[in-house]
Amino acid sequence: MLKGLAAIGCFGTALLCSTPAWVQDLPVIKSTTVELPAGDALFPGGSSAEAINNNCLACHSPDMVLNQPPLPKAAWEAVVHKMINVYKAPIGEADVPAIVSYLVKTKGKD
Amino acid sequence: MRNDKEDALSQSLRNLHPVRSAATQRPSRRTVLQNIGIAGLSLAVSPAFADEMVKLPFASGPRERPITHAFPQKGDMILQRVRPPLLETPLDVFDRGVFTPNDQFYVRWHWAEIPNSVDVNAFRLAVRGHVDRTLSLSITDILRDLPRVELAAVNQCSGNSRGFFSPRVPGAQWANGAMGNAKWAGVRLKDVLDRAGVKAGAVQVRFKGLDEPVVPEAPTFRKSLAIDHARDGEVMIAYAMNGEQLPLLNGFPLRLIVPGWYSTYWIKMLSDIEVLDKPDDNYWMTVAYTIPDTPHASIAPGQSGVKMVPINRMVPRSFFTNITDGASFTAGTRVPLRGIAFGGDTGVAKVEFSSDGGKSWQPARLGDDFGKYGFRQWQTDVALADKGDHALMVRCTNSAGEVQPDTPNWNGSGFMRNVIETVQVKAV
Repeated sequence: MLKGLAAIGCFGTALLCSTPAWVQDLPVIKSTTVELPAGDALFPGGSSAEAINNNCLACHSPDMVLNQPPLPKAAWEAVVHKMINVYKAPIGEADVPAIVSYLVKTKGKD
Repeated sequence: MRNDKEDALSQSLRNLHPVRSAATQRPSRRTVLQNIGIAGLSLAVSPAFADEMVKLPFASGPRERPITHAFPQKGDMILQRVRPPLLETPLDVFDRGVFTPNDQFYVRWHWAEIPNSVDVNAFRLAVRGHVDRTLSLSITDILRDLPRVELAAVNQCSGNSRGFFSPRVPGAQWANGAMGNAKWAGVRLKDVLDRAGVKAGAVQVRFKGLDEPVVPEAPTFRKSLAIDHARDGEVMIAYAMNGEQLPLLNGFPLRLIVPGWYSTYWIKMLSDIEVLDKPDDNYWMTVAYTIPDTPHASIAPGQSGVKMVPINRMVPRSFFTNITDGASFTAGTRVPLRGIAFGGDTGVAKVEFSSDGGKSWQPARLGDDFGKYGFRQWQTDVALADKGDHALMVRCTNSAGEVQPDTPNWNGSGFMRNVIETVQVKAV
């Protein structure tokens, strides 16, 4: 009964209120171990996807890239350079044209 | 040949040696990089995540996404990205009540190094920096020694609904499901800071979780709040969500709750609190998650030279949850309409509904109020007398008098969409 009233007091009137420890038992927080999906799929396209597969998959799976709307070449160049300059992706300069070319071919527009 | 390479990949994945820290486990960055290198050479194909696909109602493709149940402690979710996980809440979940179930609460991570194990006995939350006493708090310290508080609050990604931006912008292509409402239980950040004793001259408090970038040189994800905001008595550190411990992917064991502000500040797996005596100049505050300092954070596509500021408070929104585009009604028959609304950084004052494309508006009935920062259910009913197409609209006005705009905002990051929602239906 007290617990119910306290809960009503909490949510009916105040936005944030503390509940004395004697009203509510402490929650049990248990150690947790999970297994996350590997996300080890490749970009499709065989040899045309070689550069993007070798350089981009360490940090993220391909799906979000493939879910992007068609973007102009300049936008894809900006994305790749953001990955290199800001997020420090270890992408060789020599591979950049092939990566941009794949993205423009797969997800590009004029 | 193909089999050989796949075997090499699976063997290397089996051989992953997790690096053990006191409280957490994660594969080492180097091991991940090595294995990805092998994966990059293999012909491995995408694991089948689900048979079912969902079509997100964007103006252009790709619209299809898998529905996945492959993630731990998660039920059916819209799969936006496997690694690091981006999982969207299906729209129908919001029709079932104002509290979003933990197992369908959306998930958004920036960096792929996410501990897959947290030992509650070894875990410590550090409080340090411009304070009198550095603290290292165990979960037990937090549960036992600090007053427990509870609060209902909406957690919404800055880029929720980005996929509806026109012209489209890069980023996670969310529909409307990068949001959720939960009853959070935990302790006040203020009480934690008071234990450490904030020194005079403190200007901000910076927060960091256990996640790390794969590439060590990349900027770790850290966010800061002004000292007065951090000590407002509402910002809290949650250890429970809807009455249970947090799912790991929603930030187990501790998550920062910043009521009324976008989720970018709600640091998951919160492990480090640093009181600063000068403004935080880290990338995630000064470059990423910044918005044009204009009404509705809106600019014209291509416009440059605009002052940018860190994204901050949320704005009002409302949604239909029991109908979608293309719904068909019998002309002249009353049909129930309902949905959810939230006020942003304050409560919902009213929700209005229009069945004539926004020419006239009628008030909808509001459901129970669980606190100003949470979802509020609304409902009404409508009879469409004339056969043909009708545009149904819903708009929320918050208790500060702010109403949803009738034209969409635009910015290059796809942030802060809150235009009035419209559903196209047919009376037959």
